[in-house]
Amino acid sequence: MGLDFTVVPGHLDIILLGCAWTIGIAVAAALLSFFGGIVFAVIALYAPWIIRQPFRLIEWVFMGTPLLLQLFLIYFGLVQIGIDLPAFVAGIIGLGLHFAVYNSELIQTAILSVDKGQMEAARTVGLSRGQALRKVVIPQAVRDVIPPIGNNMIALLKDSALVSVIGVSELTLSAQRAIGATYRPFEFYLVAAMFYYVINLCMEWVQRRIERRISISR
Amino acid sequence: MSDKDHFVEIRHAQKSYGSLEVLKDISLNVERGQIVAIIGPSGSGKSTLLRAINDLDPLTGGEVWLDGVQVNKSLPHRQYEKHINEMRQQVGMVFQHFNLFPHMTARENVTMAPMLLKGLSKAEADKLAEEQLDKVGMLDRIDYYPSRLSGGQKQRVAIARALAMKPKLMLFDEATSALDPELVDEVNMVMKKLAEEHMTMIIVTHEMDFAASVCDRVLFMDQGVVVEEGPPSVVFKNPTKDRTREFLRKHLAGAA
Ligand SMILES: Nc1ncnc2c1ncn2[C@@H]1O[C@H](COP(=O)(O)OP(=O)(O)O)[C@@H](O)[C@H]1O
Ligand SMILES: [Mg+2]
Repeated sequence: MGLDFTVVPGHLDIILLGCAWTIGIAVAAALLSFFGGIVFAVIALYAPWIIRQPFRLIEWVFMGTPLLLQLFLIYFGLVQIGIDLPAFVAGIIGLGLHFAVYNSELIQTAILSVDKGQMEAARTVGLSRGQALRKVVIPQAVRDVIPPIGNNMIALLKDSALVSVIGVSELTLSAQRAIGATYRPFEFYLVAAMFYYVINLCMEWVQRRIERRISISR
Repeated sequence: MSDKDHFVEIRHAQKSYGSLEVLKDISLNVERGQIVAIIGPSGSGKSTLLRAINDLDPLTGGEVWLDGVQVNKSLPHRQYEKHINEMRQQVGMVFQHFNLFPHMTARENVTMAPMLLKGLSKAEADKLAEEQLDKVGMLDRIDYYPSRLSGGQKQRVAIARALAMKPKLMLFDEATSALDPELVDEVNMVMKKLAEEHMTMIIVTHEMDFAASVCDRVLFMDQGVVVEEGPPSVVFKNPTKDRTREFLRKHLAGAA
C-alpha cells in the first residue's frame, strides 16, 4: 500500500488542535526560558551566596538530567508533595526552566562582556546597581545573545514533543492519535513534520525581525 | 564649620591598590563656579583622584565633601548606597571613551536617568532632551543611535546626558583624548560654554592651551602628589618646580 494523503483531511481538526497546543506550550515555555534565563543569570552573578545555592541545585538538575525525567518529576513527582499541576502547565514549567538554565549560561557570559564603562556611566548619573543592570547592562547583554538564544528556542520547539509523555495532546501525540484511528503512520508523521517545519520558519522569522530591529542601533 | 568653607573639599585623600600608593595625601579645594584643570604624566593618579570625587574609585583614606555634605561618609551598606546615588546625581562625569549607552538614541541617553530618578513625564523629558542636546549642538541628531555619530558628536551627547541631571559639579576625564584632532574643538567649545555659565568643573586634560584659556587654576600631579598648583599664568609660564618645568617642556615639545 502506497502513500494515501486522502485520510488526512478527516483528521485535520485533531492535528490542528495539536498544533495549537504545541505553539501555545512552546511560546509560553520560550518566554519563561527567556525571562527565567535573565533572572537565573542575575542571581548567579550577583545574589548573595545563600540565595545562589538553591539555584545552583536547580541548575544542576536541569542541566545534568534528561528533560524526560524532569517532566516526570514535575508532573508525577510534585503531586506527592501536594502540588498537582495540569499536564500542560507541568510541561511549560519543565521545558521553560530546562531552557532557562541554558539561556542563563549565555546571558551570564554576555553580561560579563559588556564594557565596564557602561556600568560606570550608569552609576555616575545616579542609578543604583540594580537599575544600571536593568536599564543598561542587561539590555545590551541580551542583544548580544539573541542568535544563540534563538537556536535554543528552536531546540525547545523540537523538545516540546516530549510533553506528550505526560499526556498533553500536542502535535506529536495528536499525530499518534490520528494514526491509531487510521493505521497511517507515514502520512500523519509527515504532516506533523510539516507543521513543525512551518512553526520553525515562523520562529526564525520572528528572530530575524528582532535581530533587524537591534541592528538599527549598532 | 570648616566643611562649609569650600564647595568641593578633598582632605588628605589617600588611595592604594595593594602596596601601590596611587594618591598620597592630596588635599584640594574648589570654590563654586571655579574651573580647575589637573595635568600630569600618565599614571600619576589624575583619573583616580577625579573618580574618588563621586566615589567611583573609593578612597582608602581621607574625605571628599561637596557643598557641605561628605560624599564618602561611613554608613551601613544600604544607607550608603542611597546616599551615594543621591550624591552622584549632583555630579556629572564625562569619560574619555564617552560610554554612551549604545542601545539608546541620543534622546534616550539624555532622558533615561531623569525619567527614572526624578520621575519626569515623557513630555518633560523630551523637552529636557531637546534643551540639553540643543545646548551641545546636537539637536539635529536627537534620534540617532551612538553608532551613527562621530566621536565628537558622541562626546557632546555624553555631556548633554550629564547636564540633564542638573549637576552642581562637572568632572571631565580627558574628554578629548580619544578624539581625532579635527573633532577636539567642537567638544572644547561646549566646555567653554559651560565655563561661561559658571559651571563648577574639574578637568583632567592634556591640552595645555585649552586649560590655560578656560581654567582658573591648574594642578600639576606626579606620582600621586600635587607637585604644583596655581593660576595658569604661573603654572604654565613660570613654574616653580623642576618637575613641572620638565613635564611642560616634554609635553609641549611632544605636542608640537
Ligand atoms: N584598578 C586598579 N588596580 C591597580 N592599579 C590601578 C588601578 N587603577 C589605576 N591603577 C594604577 O594607579 C595609578 C594611577 O592611575 P590613574 O589615576 O589612571 O592615572 P592617570 O589618570 O593620571 O593616568 C597607575 O599607576 C595605575 O596603574
Ligand atoms: Mg587617566
